[in-house]
This record gives sequence, C-alpha cells and structure tokens, in this order.
Amino acid sequence: MSFSFPILPEGHLLAIEGLEPPHIGALLDLAENYALLNRSGKTQRDLLKGRTLINLFFEDSTRTRTSFELAGKRLGADVINMSVSTSSVNKGETLIDTAQTLNAMHCDLLVVRHAQSGAPALLAQKVSASVINAGDGTHEHPTQALLDALTIRRRKGRLEGLTVAICGDVLHSRVARSNIHLLTAMNCRVRVIGPPTLIPAEAARLGVEVFHDMQAGLAGADVVMMLRLQKERMTGGLIPSSREFFRFYGLDREKLAWAKPDAIVMHPGPMNRGIEIDSAIADDPERSVIGEQVEMGVACRMAVLDVLARDLRRNV
Amino acid sequence: MSDLLIRNARLLDPASGLDAPASLLIQDGLIAALGADVTAPEGTPALDATGLCLAPGLVDLRADIGEPGHEHRETIAAAALAAAAGGITTICALPDTDPALDDPALVQFVLRKGEATGGLTLLPYGAATKGCEGREIAEYGLLREAGAIAFTDGRRAIGNARTMRLALSYARAFGSFVVQHPEEPSLAAGGAATEGELATRLGLPGIPPAAESMLVQRDIALARLTGGHVHFAHVSTGAALALIRAAKAEGLRVTCDTAPPYFDLNETAIGDYRTYAKLSPPLRPEADRQAVVAALKDGTIDAIASDHQPRDADDKRLPFAQAEAGGAGLATLLGITLARVHGGDLPLLEALSLLTVKPATLLGLPVGRLAKGAAADLVLFDLERGWQVKAGQLPGKAQNSPFDGRALEGRVVGTWKSGRRVFG
Repeated sequence: MSFSFPILPEGHLLAIEGLEPPHIGALLDLAENYALLNRSGKTQRDLLKGRTLINLFFEDSTRTRTSFELAGKRLGADVINMSVSTSSVNKGETLIDTAQTLNAMHCDLLVVRHAQSGAPALLAQKVSASVINAGDGTHEHPTQALLDALTIRRRKGRLEGLTVAICGDVLHSRVARSNIHLLTAMNCRVRVIGPPTLIPAEAARLGVEVFHDMQAGLAGADVVMMLRLQKERMTGGLIPSSREFFRFYGLDREKLAWAKPDAIVMHPGPMNRGIEIDSAIADDPERSVIGEQVEMGVACRMAVLDVLARDLRRNV
Repeated sequence: MSDLLIRNARLLDPASGLDAPASLLIQDGLIAALGADVTAPEGTPALDATGLCLAPGLVDLRADIGEPGHEHRETIAAAALAAAAGGITTICALPDTDPALDDPALVQFVLRKGEATGGLTLLPYGAATKGCEGREIAEYGLLREAGAIAFTDGRRAIGNARTMRLALSYARAFGSFVVQHPEEPSLAAGGAATEGELATRLGLPGIPPAAESMLVQRDIALARLTGGHVHFAHVSTGAALALIRAAKAEGLRVTCDTAPPYFDLNETAIGDYRTYAKLSPPLRPEADRQAVVAALKDGTIDAIASDHQPRDADDKRLPFAQAEAGGAGLATLLGITLARVHGGDLPLLEALSLLTVKPATLLGLPVGRLAKGAAADLVLFDLERGWQVKAGQLPGKAQNSPFDGRALEGRVVGTWKSGRRVFG
C-alpha cells in the first residue's frame, strides 16, 4: 500500500486529537491489510529489519506491551522491553535521563506508556526516535482508539453515522479521550455515560452527548464501549462503592437490552468482571468483540510502525 | 555618595499626578530637587534622559525568594540583580521558605541579607501560621518588631476557617494584615490546570475556578466578622474580583493584587504541556483574563505584584502534572504592565501607581513616590524600546518565565537604589 501524503507528518503518534479523517482512514486501511496478512499466517516481513523498537513502560501492562512486541517482531524489528517500576521513577530527571540513554542506544521507534499526561510528548522533544504513545495518564491512548475503530468498522461495515456509547469512568480514561477524538472525527454520534463524578469537566465541548442514565444513553446504540473502572487512579471517593456502580452503570443483560438488538460490546481490558461488566456479556460471542479487539490491536500497531518506519527510511 | 542630575526626563509620579518633562537631582541618596528648573552644584555629574521616563522604583508586593532553603533556585543576591534589571527597588518576600519565617531571628536574617545586596530593600513577610502549616498562628508581635511587613503563608492557603479568623483578628493588635493565597485547598489538591475543556483534552487534573472565589467569599465573611484586614494575592478570576469589588463597596478592609500572567496570558499558554506556564493559581480562560484587566481599570485591584517564583530546570523539565508551579517575574513586571498601557487598557500613570505608590501605601511605606527628601529609588525606562523575553538570558538566576518568547515594548535602562545606580 502506498499513500500520496504523509500519514503521521510529525514523525510520532502522540495523540489522536489533531489527526485528520483521511489520515485515520489510511491507518485503518493499512491495519486491515495487516489483519488479513496476520490471519494468513505470513509473518516476519523485513520492513523493520535492522530497526530497534523499544517498549518503554513506566506503568504495568501486559496486553499493550505484548501487542507492540508482536507487531514489531512481525515486521522484523529488534524489540527490547524496558519496564521501569514506578517506585524508582518518582523523580522526573529520570525521564530526561532515560531519553539520553535511548538516544545513545540509537533507538528508532519508542513505544511509551507513562502514568503522567504529556510524558510521551516530553520524551518526543528529547529523543531522536519516533515516539508512539501507548497510554499517558488520563490524556490519550491512540492505538487503542485505532484498534477499536477497526473492530467496529469490520463488524458494522462503516463508522459514519453509528451511535457509540462510551460508559463508565470517563474522567480517568485515556481510552475514552482517544476514542472520542477518533469517532467524532469519523462522524460517529458519540455518547458518554457515567455518574457526574466520573465525567470530565466540559465533556460536551469534545463533541459528545453526556448521559448519567444508562437506559437513556444506551437507547439506539450500535456500539457499547465499556471502560475499566480505574480504581487505582480513584482519589477520594468519586463513587461510594463498586456494588452501587455495578447496579447503575455496570453492563449486564438487562441494560444491554436497551441498546440496539445487534449492538456490539467492547472493552479495552483488563476487565473488572462484576464491576463494570457482567461475565455473561463479556464472554458472549454473539455480542462481545473483546477478543477481536486484541487481534486488531496487533494489526493496528503494525500499521503505525509501518507508517513511522516509512518516514525513518525517508530520513536515512 | 554619588550625586547626579538627571535632565530632560519625562518625570512620572503617580502619587502627585506629575507627568512632565523635568529634571531630578540626587544628593546623598535622596531626591534633593525635582522640577523644570533644577540646578545642580557645579561639578555634579549629569545624565541626559531625553526621550526617557523617570519614575519611582517599583514596589513588588509579592515574590518568592529561594533563600533560605532553596538557594539552588535563587539566592537573595541573584534576586537583587533581577530586581534591579526590572526596575524594582523594594520587594516583599514570602515566608514559606525552608525553614519558614516564623521566628524573629529568621526575619532579621532575611532583612540583613537584603541589606547586604546594597541594591534592594527586601521586606520579609512573617509566617501567618507556625511553619506556614496552617494550624497555629505565629508570633505576630515579635515578628513585627523584627521587621515583618505583614503575615501570610505564602503559596499555601490558610484553609482552616478558625485559624484564618484568629489570624485576621490577632493581626489587628499589631496594625497588620493577612495575605491569603485564595484557593480552597481540598478542591485544589492534585490539580495542575484550570478545570475545563482544555484540561479535559490534555488529561490534566483540574482545579475549578470556584476554588478561588469560595475562599475569597469565606475570608470576606471573616473580615466582616473580625474587623481585620485581608489581602488576596494574585487574584485571577472574574468571580473572585466581583466579590472583592462588593466587599470594598461595603467598606470592609479587603484589598487584593494580581500578577502579570493573569492579565497577559490565558490558559492556552500551557499549550502542549508547557511547564513554564504552569502557575499557581493556574492560568485561566480568556474571560477571566479580561475580568482581571477590567478590575485593574476600575480600581478593584490595589497592586500588581511580580509573583516571582524561581524554579530550576529540574523543577520544570517534568511531565506537566509533576512539574512545580511558578514563574519568574521580576525582570518582566514593568514590561508586561506597560503592554496594558500600549494596549490602551490603562493610562501610564495609573499603571505605574499599581507598581509604586499603591502597594507602598498598602504596606504603610514612604517609598514609591518622587518627592523632595525621599530616598532616591528610581527607575529610568524607555517606553517604546522593544525587546524579547528569552528564558535562558534573563538577569539573575531563575529563568522560568511564562513569557518566554514574548515581544515587549518598554525597557528599563537604569535603576537607582538610594541614589546608587544598581542597573544600567
């Protein structure tokens, strides 16, 4: 596949906000190709041969890190995983020091996850590598939004005109923010549903409709996207209890019936079963596309690495 | 003493309303004469200041100096250099140092350090509460005797209503006032930017603007209750200013200041996580900036303070929420204020009064005036000369200017402290 325009002109993927619909569409098309290729069993292309991809994770993650690792390896890159435990990184010089270390290692592609919003952007200013944001604080998680969009597009045949309900802890969710930017850019109707204490200020200004009632919010939804209740980020009792949360905002059969009969259910994982989602829904192959999200994750990350590597080659 | 005749300057004295071409004679560190036909004894050096403005040295109501405890950020000596370059001759220093200025000996230490610079009157605030911890009120009487100019916990709000009541009440006995950082601590905890659309997009923990107005409202009620004098520092929202305006109309002893970032910048300055624009209180939406300008115009705001907060690279080169809040402000105090004059919001004399006689009057000091017999604390500036603020090239030590890159019109060309030229 070739493109007539640079898809990620900054040479990084730091956020979905700011990407234009044609760029998003091109990334999804490329990712879809990789999804087909992956299913055919053809792997280890040499697109990234001789390139070094470093997974720099300041927060624990198994799924995203593994997904990037697999994507890099399938494209032939040398993949290194660096996990930096949060306890040893409370000093910010470490982030700048890390950048200098990475420069000395001649890293080409840097995948960063960090508990602080904007940390990948800060690193991108200091490293020579292309930086991919794998989740920063409560800001963005761009590859998650891409894989969610690809999953929806494959299931529903399109993005435009769909009604997508994003439910739960929107306040602390970088997944929600990236999805809101991507889906509104692609002309979906996006709703966010949650208790007012878990909805960020001025959320409507992001182009979404805000609901505090699950029944009203799910009515007519094509896609129900559940968010992980970020208990580890929860400061100071934003909800009184998880049982109350599940009662009013957890997805079970009864609530899912309020959405369209063919609505699909998504979750970025890892799930808190019995808190934001009932196991019966999560494991229902008719409704849940959670497994496919993981599959599309690898394909989307391959697409992003591919696009950034094109720019790397251009710069050589 | 080096006597000097400054000739043909545009003399600007907000206290008397003087704005006229004239000369000023410095003798023995004092203003010996000023007017159109001043003559100097033979042999007195003269400076031709044609085309330049001569005004009282600026009185800065609020600056954090790194000393004692944070000398890596800034020393008193370094702050004196920055102040001189900014035309500032008197600075009130915050007491939330390490250790906090809650002991007469510490107040005297800062006073002595200030005197040793030879170029600056450095007037420390005393801690409003012991250790600036917001619990028990400090020894206002003894601190006042030692030279404390007034009382505050600096960058920390006095969050406990009872403690604030006692502080306002007790300060009356010593004819002093309490300066509040108006931000409800429980609402502001952990926040990095003003709550709203921008903070939501950037994924930054927000501080609702109401955190400011609700503490202002509470403290106005306490001023009414105690008869004490509360002064609100760096007021940044229209809602808080409306409350202060009403309290003044009611006749309560309520005063306030603001700082240049709050009438020159809005929240968009934090852009892509620009930590130099991370301040406390955080930068606000444009409507609040406009409200601050309106309050400067209508007199609700009593003074413009630099709100200088030195931070070093390690404090700022961090992810936004982890970076320290605060901006360097000494070198840009006059320039940013003059931008409001050039922008047509404030007449020149009125702008200067907010930097000189008004804060001096609030503090009960005889400075900030061009008067015969007064100390020759003077700033000579070119109202039109352009320059660009460049972090890394600012005078003094602290380089963390939120105005980095800002083009300004109006530059200090000379500063005199008690007749001694300390800049230019």
